[in-house]
Amino acid sequence: MSGFTPTHALVGGALIGAATALLWLGLGRIAGISGIVGGLMTAARGDRIWRLAFLAGIMAAPVMYRLAGGAVPTGASGTGPTLVIVGGLLVGVGTRLAGGCTSGHGVCGLARLSPRSATATGVFMAVAALTVFLHRHVLGG
Amino acid sequence: MRRLILALAAGLVFGFGLTVSSMINPAKVLAFLDVAGGWDPSLALVMAAAVPVAGAGFVLGRRRQAPLAAPAFQPPAVRAIDRRLVAGAALFGVGWGLVGYCPGPALAALGVTVADPKGVDLAGAPLFILAMLVGMAAVAFIDRRVTRQRMNRVGAPAERPQVIKRPDAPSP
Repeated sequence: MSGFTPTHALVGGALIGAATALLWLGLGRIAGISGIVGGLMTAARGDRIWRLAFLAGIMAAPVMYRLAGGAVPTGASGTGPTLVIVGGLLVGVGTRLAGGCTSGHGVCGLARLSPRSATATGVFMAVAALTVFLHRHVLGG
Repeated sequence: MRRLILALAAGLVFGFGLTVSSMINPAKVLAFLDVAGGWDPSLALVMAAAVPVAGAGFVLGRRRQAPLAAPAFQPPAVRAIDRRLVAGAALFGVGWGLVGYCPGPALAALGVTVADPKGVDLAGAPLFILAMLVGMAAVAFIDRRVTRQRMNRVGAPAERPQVIKRPDAPSP
């Protein structure tokens, strides 16, 4: 084990859960980031502004945190541009096919005890771990 | 207006959560996924804290007829566990494992990069987001074409109608 930060993880996770609860109780919407972004391309016009507001909040939060003196973790993954593009494409296609990502299936779906989301979460967690294993330990990337 | 303020507030709290928990840092995420290396279990605790707090929100919602600032709750419409779900989750898993970004953290990292292009070493985020949007647009484009073709085939029954629905979130 290395770099284990349990307190920050629990506090951060509770905040993510609270934001999810707030979006549900306030707007009746699932806080799934890929779905909220994807909806910008497919949803009706009146259904887009709240999405932009939510996404603006996500983008502004780490900037505000930093201005307030908090340490925003930096340090890129060291991934080269080609791999970043391939990864981005796969994440875009995959999340839209699956109808959710770490937040929509992983947090919201599990919190709602959805078998569909539990399946998706199990698959993407296992495949991601396998990908890291092959990339780091077999191919030596 | 109230709707927008609530959405912005939820986004901010979500973004603070991603920042405090270090999910914004792809190296931290990859360390969690690297079970055979120096495994960092932190992100399991992020999920372990997020799920019950979110769950409390969903339970509270059951006692209400409608959300505070919208006419109705909009739970996901799709419930199917099909090939599309599994294939999509697998593709997402490969992309996530290659880079260490999933959509939320990548957006938060993009915010930091835009605000301070020189000071922060999360430079992969803009390129990642761009590629992700292209991937999402491709699925939206193909879905739209498939839907149109199905509608043009007069009298042909839709084989699996749930496949062509594009929910903006996972099913219940």
